[in-house]
Amino acid sequence: MKKNVVSRILALGLTAVMTVGLAACGGGSSAQSTAAQSTAAAGTASVSEVSEASSAAASVSDKSAESAAESTSSEPVEISYCNFNASGGNEEILNKMYEAFHKENPNITVNIETIGYDDYFTQMQTRVAGGTAPDCYELNIENFASYSNKGVLAPITGIDTANINETALKAFQVKGTQYGLPGDFSNVVLIYNKDLFDKAGVSYPTNDWTWDDAIAAAKKIRALGDDYWGIFAPTTYNEFFKEAAQYGGSLLNEDKTEFTINTDANKKAAEMMIGKVTDSHVQPSETDLAGMGDSDLFESGRLGMVVTGIWMFSTFKDACSFQWDCAVEPGGTEKATHFFSNALVINASADADKQAAAATWINWLASSDESAKMRIEASWNLPAINNQDILSAYLEQTPPDNRQAVFDSLDYLVTPPIIEDYSQMSDIINGKLGEAASGKITPDEALEQAQKECTEKITLK
Amino acid sequence: MRTKKKNERIGAALFMLPSFAGMIVFSLLPILISIVISLTDWNGLEKLDFSAIAGSFVGFKNYAEILGGGEFWSVLGHTLYFIILYIPLVFLASLLIAEILFKAKKGAGAFRVIYYIPVLTSWVAASLIWKWVLSPQYGVVNQILAAIGIAGPNWLTDELWAMPAIVLASVWKDMGFYGLFLLSGLNGIDNTYYEAARIDGAGKIKLFFSITLPLLSPSLFFCLIMSLINAFQLFPQVMIMTGGGPNGATQVMVERIYTYGFSYFKMGYASAYSWLLFILIFILTLVQLKGQKAWVHYES
Repeated sequence: MKKNVVSRILALGLTAVMTVGLAACGGGSSAQSTAAQSTAAAGTASVSEVSEASSAAASVSDKSAESAAESTSSEPVEISYCNFNASGGNEEILNKMYEAFHKENPNITVNIETIGYDDYFTQMQTRVAGGTAPDCYELNIENFASYSNKGVLAPITGIDTANINETALKAFQVKGTQYGLPGDFSNVVLIYNKDLFDKAGVSYPTNDWTWDDAIAAAKKIRALGDDYWGIFAPTTYNEFFKEAAQYGGSLLNEDKTEFTINTDANKKAAEMMIGKVTDSHVQPSETDLAGMGDSDLFESGRLGMVVTGIWMFSTFKDACSFQWDCAVEPGGTEKATHFFSNALVINASADADKQAAAATWINWLASSDESAKMRIEASWNLPAINNQDILSAYLEQTPPDNRQAVFDSLDYLVTPPIIEDYSQMSDIINGKLGEAASGKITPDEALEQAQKECTEKITLK
Repeated sequence: MRTKKKNERIGAALFMLPSFAGMIVFSLLPILISIVISLTDWNGLEKLDFSAIAGSFVGFKNYAEILGGGEFWSVLGHTLYFIILYIPLVFLASLLIAEILFKAKKGAGAFRVIYYIPVLTSWVAASLIWKWVLSPQYGVVNQILAAIGIAGPNWLTDELWAMPAIVLASVWKDMGFYGLFLLSGLNGIDNTYYEAARIDGAGKIKLFFSITLPLLSPSLFFCLIMSLINAFQLFPQVMIMTGGGPNGATQVMVERIYTYGFSYFKMGYASAYSWLLFILIFILTLVQLKGQKAWVHYES
């Protein structure tokens, strides 16, 4: 009898554990491979952590009394830095930048890790939660707000940020404390096909254009034939908060305590943005594009104007067989332009000396003359610096000829309305705008529904 | 004698210990911890220690919010839509493969490999390729349809056709897996049944429905349970091919769990979601187990 009970318990336990294992297997090999990738990434991080721990243990006892500002001493420090911006072709340049940095600061060794954008945030979140995050790393704007609100970022002190552009700096300040440095910046301009404009007999866009001007030109280009499209500006959340600003509207009120998505100004912006697709048909819908990307459409020479990022300059240079140029994007009742920047942040649970070294590294990366020059030469976005001489090297590269528009756009820049639940808010609004763009609901209804859903699901502090 | 058996048991337990230890630490323990997390408001980013858990404890609030909101039910609807399309198709396809491989004389080995290769590929790689195959402009599927005069839909960007597209890719990937199970089931059917039935004058169709299917039912039952459990956990294809779109048409349970946990920093909410999914699958499997008396014939 006893034997039966024991073997039954063992059998039950074995089945339970095996079913659990089976269920984990049933989840699919991709879950395991991404898990393997993140464990591998965490593995490399923990290897460097182990070596850092031993050197940190030696230097911590010396440094415990020193303030962060004083610990730029000659004690060798090893820190880890993780980023996504360099992935996909710029790893070499980042390494060259590090070599230049290391020449100036031979006591600071930086172990650089570059991970692709798609996998980056999942693994970073896991690492931060598990306590194995790198000493400094990169975040995009949305995640910056979430991370800084949850207290996992260290305030950046003890460095000279005079070289850095004020607006870019402000974007990464929370309640007056600096939590990130702008690693680079990029923005969005109106890029247009000069040959198509000539064909349609329309004069080129100027910096003063409004959406009315743009749509009028788009209609003339669309009239060239069924295959031709006048303009493309995305109908997504990312485009919408900017176009709302162009009509004097905004998604949140001044102190970000309330959603103001369904205001009249916003509705006007949404009607213009979506009307290009659903009413005047100068912009192709998802169905019309049939899987083709907007930049592909522009490169094929069948799109008159495209509102897209300056990072497309080098791609268009190689792929476009026609003349093209750029201008500040059209405005509504006022001008508003995008400003994209990635934050370089410091891990709040890193040791004091590592935090100091990390601050020196990211400040150098963001604002030193050498890194800025290297960045511009490699066309790897733009440094968010004040030094106009270095920035002017960017202007000398062509095409497009009117690169000055990139800097003119900075006069009207708006940053995204950052709140803690930024991802959720942008997904909700994106979804509603998508429904409006496919004609399921009107733009007004989209904004009303978005307002309702955001107020229900998201609590603003 | 007793001591010898006791020693054997101890020896067996020690041998199994490493494997058990791994399963407990990497499977059982996280599962138990996730129950605790589902009762909190943890954001998935802050360090998880006792004070964090105590500070963010919210009881069953997450469960109430999920069940009370409309999203859970519409997402469940999408998942069921997938299942209703997927299960019959994958069974049909696997039965077909099993029958073909069963009857094949030459080249059976090579075909077995060919049908099984999709099963061995990673879902990530397969999804990326299917994304291209289903491209409205450049994809193979629409080009083949155009050749026979049909204008193919926009597949992954069309609200109506996105889920059927995912079903198509899933059936392609899984039919070899279940096909092989059913093949071994077919091989296990005693030939004497067929001989006796042929003597009685039964035709091919009668043979199939009266002998093959009933005697195959244990294998079919196993495949049904496995495919249902997997279908509820539909994830990699959705994330890569549609990302939950277009307009939320392909948002399924695990996609929502991932989004809430990793994009919206609501790990507590996501844990509650996954436990609700577990309860759902558990109940369904129980129902199947009870229901097998009706249609599954085990050879005594």
